[in-house]
Parts: sequence; C-alpha cells; structure tokens
Amino acid sequence: MPRSTRVVGDGGSISKGKICSLKARAVLIDMEEGVVNEILQGPLRDVFDSKQLITDISGSGNNWAVGHKVFGSLYQEQILEKLRKSAEHCDCLQCFFIIHSMGGGTGSGLGTFLLKLLEDEFPEVYRFVTSVYPSGEDDVITSPYNSILAMKELNEHADCVLPIDNQSLFDIISKIDLMVNSGKLGTTIKPKSLVTSSAGAVKKRHQKPFDAMNNIVANLLLNLTSSARFEGSLNMDLNEISMNLVPFPQLHYLVSSLTPLYTLADVNIPTRRLDQMFSDAFSKDHQLIRADPKHSLYLACALMVRGNVQVSDLRRNIERLKPSLQFVSWNQEGWKTSLCSVPPVGHSHSLLALANNTCVKPTFMELKERFMRLYKKKAHLHHYLQIEGMEESSFMEAVSSLSGLIEEYNQLDATKSMPVEDFPRLSIAV
Amino acid sequence: MSIVTVQLGQCGNQIGFEVFDALYTDSHCPQGLCSKRENEAYQASCKERFFSEEENGVPVARAVLVDMEPKVTNQTLSKAAQSGRWKYGQHSCFCQKQGSGNNWAYGYSVHGPRHEESIMNLIQKEVEKCDSLSGFFIIMSMAGGTGSGLGAFVTQNLQDQYSNSLKMNQIIWPYGTGEVIVQNYNSILTLSHLYRSSDALLVHENDALHKICAKLMNIKQISFSDINQVLAHQLGSVFQPTYSVEGSCHYRRNPLGIDWQVRPPLSGLPTLGKASLNRGLHFNMSIANLVILRGKDVHSADLGGFKDSALYTSWLEPINAFNVWKTQRAFSKYEKSAALVSNSQFLLKPLDTIVGKAWNMFASKAYIHQYTKFGIEEEDFLDSFTLLEQVVASYCNV
Repeated sequence: MPRSTRVVGDGGSISKGKICSLKARAVLIDMEEGVVNEILQGPLRDVFDSKQLITDISGSGNNWAVGHKVFGSLYQEQILEKLRKSAEHCDCLQCFFIIHSMGGGTGSGLGTFLLKLLEDEFPEVYRFVTSVYPSGEDDVITSPYNSILAMKELNEHADCVLPIDNQSLFDIISKIDLMVNSGKLGTTIKPKSLVTSSAGAVKKRHQKPFDAMNNIVANLLLNLTSSARFEGSLNMDLNEISMNLVPFPQLHYLVSSLTPLYTLADVNIPTRRLDQMFSDAFSKDHQLIRADPKHSLYLACALMVRGNVQVSDLRRNIERLKPSLQFVSWNQEGWKTSLCSVPPVGHSHSLLALANNTCVKPTFMELKERFMRLYKKKAHLHHYLQIEGMEESSFMEAVSSLSGLIEEYNQLDATKSMPVEDFPRLSIAV
Repeated sequence: MSIVTVQLGQCGNQIGFEVFDALYTDSHCPQGLCSKRENEAYQASCKERFFSEEENGVPVARAVLVDMEPKVTNQTLSKAAQSGRWKYGQHSCFCQKQGSGNNWAYGYSVHGPRHEESIMNLIQKEVEKCDSLSGFFIIMSMAGGTGSGLGAFVTQNLQDQYSNSLKMNQIIWPYGTGEVIVQNYNSILTLSHLYRSSDALLVHENDALHKICAKLMNIKQISFSDINQVLAHQLGSVFQPTYSVEGSCHYRRNPLGIDWQVRPPLSGLPTLGKASLNRGLHFNMSIANLVILRGKDVHSADLGGFKDSALYTSWLEPINAFNVWKTQRAFSKYEKSAALVSNSQFLLKPLDTIVGKAWNMFASKAYIHQYTKFGIEEEDFLDSFTLLEQVVASYCNV
C-alpha cells in the first residue's frame, strides 16, 4: 500500500492519554479499500485525516500498467490536490517519504507514477523511497515485471531508495522471537519495546507476521529522522543523507541495518556492549535486505547513533571496523556520522547504518534474471500490453535502465582489487 | 575596543557558547592573583570587548547567532539564559528551518544571497552597540554546509562592508576520518574563499583537540562538549586582556592584536605550553609567533628558546617575528598559563592532506553533481585547488 508522508508533525493536544489534534502529514493511497479501512478502524484512526485518502474498489490486479497508466491518469488531479493541501500545512517542506512495494500493481505502478508527479510538482523537495522488493519465493507471478518497470522510475525520479525485502524482515522477527521465547535474555527484555510490543508476534506458523515486520521498517524511518527531530551534539538532517551518500545521481540505493533488534534493560551499558552494537550493525543478520556489503565495495556509509554515545565511542568503533571493510579508492574515509541525544523508547542507544555499497548488484541481477525468464516466454505479457500506453518498448527500456545501473556497479567493483593511487596534483609556479 | 562574534552553524554556535562561558567565568574568577584594582580593570576590559550591558544587569554577549535550522540556536540561547550569569541578546539570532545539507554550494549560493540582508542587519545592530569596533570573530566549521558555505559568504560581506575592521575566522578542521563525507570539498572551497576575504584564520583540528582530551586530560568518553571546552579555554587564554606595555596597567586596546607585518594566511594554535622544537627533517619553520603568559612570575619567565633564529624563516629576524604579551592576572584557575599562537608550517601537512583527498575525489567526479546543482561549477573547484596549491607551495618554501 503506497502512501506519501512528510517528516514531522507539529505539537498537538493530548487528552486522556490520546493524542487528539495531531494529524499525520500523510496521504494514503490504495486501489482497493480493505487495508485503508482497517487502518481507519484501528487504534490510529484519529491520527489520519480521513480526507487525505484516495481509494478505489477493484485494485490493480498486480499489474504495474494498471496502477501506473490507468489509475495514474484517473487519479492524477485528486492526488495533486491532496498533496498540495498537505504541503500548505508545512512551514517548510523538506522531503517526501514514499512507502510502497515493488512487486504488486498499486504500490509499484501508481506509487512510481506519484514519484514522477512529485518531481514535477515539487522539484526542490527530496524524495525518499522505501521499497519492499519481492523475495525469491514471492507469490505474485508478475512481480518481476512490476519490479523492473518500477525500477526504471526509481532510477530516474527518486533521490534516495531504501530497498527492503520481506525475507530479511521475517528472519529478523524470527530471531527476536527465538530470543524472547528461549528465555535466554530473561528479564532483560523490556516488554514495552517497540519491536516486541506489536500485536503481531508470530501468530500462526505459516502466516507471515506482517505487523511485526512492518514495525521494523517503521523503526528504520524513526531512526532515520531522529536527528532531525531531536537534539544532539552532531545533527544530521535528511538532506544530508542524499548529499553524503549519493556520489553519482543513479547510485542512490542504500542498504540499511538496524541495531539493536531487542531491548536491553540496563541503562548504563558498559562500553563493551556499546561496541557490540557497532559490530552488529555490520552483521548480515541486522540488514533489512539480503546482501553482502563486507565482500563488496563501499561507496559511502552513514552511521546514525542515538542515545548516550559520544564522539570518542564513534571514532573508536570506526577505527576498529574500518580494516574489514573495503571502500572505493576516492572515498577511503567515506563515513558520515551523527549523534542524537535521545534514544528510542525502550532502549538506551541504537544505531542505524546506511550503506551505499555495490552489494545491491546481485539483488538487481536476480530481479533481471527472473524478469527475463518470464519475458522470454511472453508469459502474462498481454495483461500489460492491452493497457493503453504500454508497448514492448516500455519493457525494453526498463530492462535497459536496470542493465545500465548494474553496469555502473560492475565498473566500480572492477576497481576493488586495484591499488589505490593518488592522482597527480596540480603543479604551481611559485 | 569591542569584538563582535558571529557564530555559524551547529559547530560555530556550540563553540561560541563555550567561548563566552569561558570568558565570563575567567573574568569573574575571584583568584586573580593580583590586586583588586587590577582585577577590576581586567574585568572591565573583558566586559567591554565581549559583552554589552543589559538593563537588569546581566551581561549580553556581543554575538550574532546564525544557523539554517533552529535546534542548535534554540538550545544555545536557552543554555545561556538559564545560567543566569550571561546571555545572548533576544534578537541576536537568525535561523531558518531546512538546513544546508552539508552542501557548501547551498550555504554559499542559496542561503547567502537569500538571507544576506537579514544577517548583515543583525551584525550591524551589534556593531552599533560598540563604542569602538576592533573587529569580527567568526566561528565556523569547514566540513558542513552552513558554517562553511554561509560562513564564507558572510566573511566576504564583512570584507566589503567593514573593510577597516579586522576579521579573524576561527575554523574547525574536521576529524581526518569522516564526520562528513564531502568534508574535503567543503574545506577547500571554504579555505580558498576565506583566503581572499579574511585577515587571519585561527585553526583548531578536532583530531588535535581530541588527543588533548584523551592524553592530557584523561577523559574516557570524550564528547563534543569536552572538545569545545578545551578549545574555549585556549581561545580565552588568548583573547582575554593583556598589558599593552610591560609594567603598565592599561590593557592592550586591540585584542585581536595582529601586529604581524606579514599578512598571515594561516595560523595555528597548538597545545597549551611550549612548542616542541623538532629538529628533524620536518622542522617546523615559523613566520611569526606570539606567546601570551598569564599569572605568577610572568616577568621572570625565560623565553630565550622562542627567540632562536633557527626557528624562523631566513627573511625574518626573530625580533620582528616573535612577540610576547604578559599579564599578572591569572587565567581561570591556573596559577600560571601560557599560550602560543603560531604562524608556521605546522598546518602544512594537514592542509596538504585535505587538498590531496579532495583532489582524488574530484578526479573521479564523485559528488560534483550535488554542487553544480546549486551553481558551484567544476571551474570553481579548480580555482580553489589552484589557490590552495599556491598556499601549500608558499609555506613549503618558508
């Protein structure tokens, strides 16, 4: 389900423990009503403005073309109107968060249509996209088509993309669950921790605990915005993320990892555990997407720390972890850091690492392979081609865009084993 | 003679607070180790330089706070006000909401022109409160977007508008290992622009300050607050009043006291104490040195080592290159303290390193699109590199 949200609401009034006048700066869009209705009947119903919704009944049938072309043109005016309204409420609009999935029809198709709209209508406002990529065992047959078609749009119109996959989220939840149930952590688990308190602990064996998984993504966004929302000795605003982590316009895909994934009861954590937090951030278990950054090339890395962590802790850990990571020759010290004084609820400190790393290449290559397997057989293609505005060339262009991206990563990877040499400096006549 | 301080960006504002706090604390230190009359003269001189009098008796710092997002300035203003001892002027702050995104181009080309009038008006108001303006002290970092880019823009404006007043920029050299990934770009752009419009650049390196905290002060978990306090202490020991003539009771009138004949492009402030005389291959040649002694036995201190001609470049006599200021009134809690302000090859290596790293990045064109988006072109980068290579070469040949 796609929606666009802006960062930070203003203060509101609180009565009887409920927030009454705070409204999310959000537009919720779905081409079927089920999910949005559930939200509007749930505990957060007062937070969302019922006028900031766009829904339809029939859904996009897991078809990017339906979402992008059909619903795009149908709802363009409405979308613009609601966006403008939301923007008017902002003193200073800095960025859009677009949250969607790549594999379906609405999130993927209409979501990327929205992306283009945002670029045209608000060209100076940053566009951060959180995209859920389809895993290998995805049950939507056309997800490769939808994803590739959406990728082209992300390549061209997003400032920054945080790819996520369900499998990673599921693994994280399973790991937490294991620790909670095994009693290993005993009384050190705080029951009110944001990660464990959601109603969605593994309900049934075979059902995916989407609530808990989505909670992880929510924590990602919370930590991403923490330095913009709270004070700290080294602030990092959202526009700094793009500035520091995107060295070339197309290479804007960031691998995120979050730690801790469970709470620790001790408030005064001795230094050893603090260092463990940094190590964990570079462990594959904590990533929100399957990838192997340690064996690929870092273009840039951001560490956003929350809680009672000081600059010396940060420096010590960077020095410690640096030797095991490979950075591109022109960015050997490619670290961007921030210190926010306020930790997340239930934790004493936390760390979000965002890496621009060539390790996303395999994900994209796999996606391309799955696409080609379907496309070669022309399977399900007619569902797309029958939509006005869609032609075979649309597919070809999308693949070409992805291939171009993969090639850029290839070229960077090729520099991995080369010795780092300094470029000859300008010679000056004194 | 008064100094107007301009604090820019998160770094500038956080440091500015510590500086004023250190100045105030020192000037109200009861243990002056000198006569009451002298202590009062000292206090009055410090007050005139850095504070103006508010109606209800709380001194107001002669400062303008500038930032492109509100969190830090709000904090700074309230921290000062809460102390009850001194504060910032209610209307001395200019801030916006969106920040500069660590982008020098955004700070210089977008925020600069957009907010030029408002910022310069604030500074003008502060200048008007001074009976006699000695000059400006601009505190900024090189690595970010506001301090660096907007700082360079404001300094240029000060050059145009107050060409007769001295401008000294306190610039913070970032940690070698990234605080900000594009810090080397931001640094070279800042330095090259400041070269053309500032009179003196006082440099503090985060790495050096960090080492002081770790090795000399044994702080275990070092915070930016610790680092800023070390810096403020050093600045305080330089800026507080000193005698103008040996034995006289009148405090030096020009606190920024740049008597150097040579236009000092870069000056550095190493650790408190004596400079080490490293006679190895990398002997640090000085163009000028200033030693400031405070406290007990200042008149009997032996400064012979500083007058050794081997320390100085061949085209300068030590007598011209070396200056000493002495004051019996002790600084802060220290019975004896010494500060060294040096214009030497000390910063040659750090400068060379930054230029080298920026050049490597520039050669691969990484991040350039972020700057060209806001009007800083490749040519501007090349101009900056050229200028700084010249500085490096000049210092090499000292």
